[in-house]
Amino acid sequence: MAVIPVSRKPLTFAERTYIPQILGGLRITFARMIKPAETMEYPEQRPEIPKNYRGVPTLVKDPNGREKCVSCQLCEFVCPPKAIRITPGEIAPDSPTAHVEKAPQAFDIDMLRCIYCGLCQEVCPEEAIFLQNQYSMTGLTRAEMVNHKDRLYELGGTLPDQHHKWDKKKAAEEHGSAAH
Amino acid sequence: MDFFFQLPLWIQGAVKGLAVIAVLFPLAAACSMAERKISAWIQGRPGPNRTVVPWLAGIPIIIPFLQRLGVFQLAADGGKFVFKEDVVPGHVNKLYFIAAPILAMIPALSTITIVPFGAYFDSAGQLVPLVLANVDIGLLAVLAISSLGVYSVILAGWASNSKYPFLGSIRASAQLISYELSMTLSVLPVFLWVNAPGGQGTLSLFAVVQAQSGTGFFNGLWLGIWMPVSAFIFLVALFAETNRQPFDMAESEADLVGGFHTEYGAFKWSLFFVAEYAHMIVGSGVFTLLFLGGWNPLPWIPLTRVVHGLSHWISFAGHPLFMGVLGVLIFLGKVGFFIFFFMWIRWTLPRFRYDQIMKLGWQKLLPLAIGNLVFYALLIALIQK
Ligand code: SF4
Ligand code: SF4
Repeated sequence: MAVIPVSRKPLTFAERTYIPQILGGLRITFARMIKPAETMEYPEQRPEIPKNYRGVPTLVKDPNGREKCVSCQLCEFVCPPKAIRITPGEIAPDSPTAHVEKAPQAFDIDMLRCIYCGLCQEVCPEEAIFLQNQYSMTGLTRAEMVNHKDRLYELGGTLPDQHHKWDKKKAAEEHGSAAH
Repeated sequence: MDFFFQLPLWIQGAVKGLAVIAVLFPLAAACSMAERKISAWIQGRPGPNRTVVPWLAGIPIIIPFLQRLGVFQLAADGGKFVFKEDVVPGHVNKLYFIAAPILAMIPALSTITIVPFGAYFDSAGQLVPLVLANVDIGLLAVLAISSLGVYSVILAGWASNSKYPFLGSIRASAQLISYELSMTLSVLPVFLWVNAPGGQGTLSLFAVVQAQSGTGFFNGLWLGIWMPVSAFIFLVALFAETNRQPFDMAESEADLVGGFHTEYGAFKWSLFFVAEYAHMIVGSGVFTLLFLGGWNPLPWIPLTRVVHGLSHWISFAGHPLFMGVLGVLIFLGKVGFFIFFFMWIRWTLPRFRYDQIMKLGWQKLLPLAIGNLVFYALLIALIQK
């Protein structure tokens, strides 16, 4: 490695008195002082959340209003801190989406345990769980910090769906051209 | 006024004492708020701006404005200090531990009585200073009493019986003693100049202001312009004496936790705090009187001239009250600027290292102060001979 000698200039008299530097510093701080504040006044002003932000995990519905989760429990299984607890349930046979067969009866995410790792979103085969832009979770009790199923759907809302895989599957079955 | 002077002496004294407390405590509190706001603005934050008294919150414009300025935060903090549990740690020397903050208040509150803050013409047409105790030893008393403040620092550090307060108090006392020397030497030229040979000698601060409130070239000149080096040394020493950044060795929270008041909390801690701000206020006041013409608005334009000129236009301007109030306002304005300057410096400069402080004090400022004294002694001898 090449050694580059850096010559240090001796300080001038003015520099050794510190005064020009102090005056320069005072000028900078004064200029800063009369500018408006950089910070945001949080509860009233909220930062703009970028797309792809990984906030609180939520459950979503497809554009037809069907809950997408089929309670396969993969997310429960993968969740590193075991924040998710799912009770699988069946879809009533007279429901229009009866062919999906299963949906969660209960779906709880304990936000005191969740570490926002996003693995649940990664693992979900149904694209049913998403970490969205909700970033502030507060509560006064432990129970308040557990998001139940209805709350999860409320936070998640509806996301566009490119596949509609269950509809396609049903249509294929009905037209007798099921590939499997 | 006359009614007041007919009261027995001890009542007068008590009233004056209460006045000092009633003025200085809120002023110190306001300074602490100003400090927080200024630090916030310099760092690009809004600073404390939430607290509000609930039953005032409905009043428009004025209350939100005060709220944004953090005025109610100040009251809340003050109240908090009074009602907080006041812990006395088990390992301290109780008597001295409790005595230290009280001792800190004594010099802080007594020096302010000697500082004149305005002047008016009495009925006999004589210029009278507005001051609680117009003593002839003036500045000497200020320097002597304010340097007693070091005892409270030493006592606090020693009584706390733990190492960081102890180190902090040792540093602070060494620093106070070193800079006192330069400070005293830097004001000597001022008094050489004020006390013309043959006249009666005085150390009164009022006399210094009088020497700056003429209209001629020399006696209208503010001493800060006439003796810039003195003013500079005095200012630097003042920073050191009041333990302000960049000389706050007594606290230096980065290496000493909180310095000499590490073990203190609640009301006792707030007394140290008030004492620090009181020292700052008095120090700024003394600097203004010595080098910035006291209550005179501009160099060569003394207050008496202004009042005289105004009395042609406005009828009540000739009244002594008008002159008194105007003088006090001008004086307070200058003091306010200096308090701002203290804070401005604090949030600009990093803290000196301890050895740098000692070096600066003994190897730079002291020789400079002595040289300055000799130079002005010769110069004044030439001018006034
Ligand atoms: S984000 Fe991670 S921790 Fe949170 S629920 Fe999903 S898998 Fe569990
Ligand atoms: S959210 Fe996805 S991974 Fe979790 S149970 Fe429902 S379908 Fe399975």
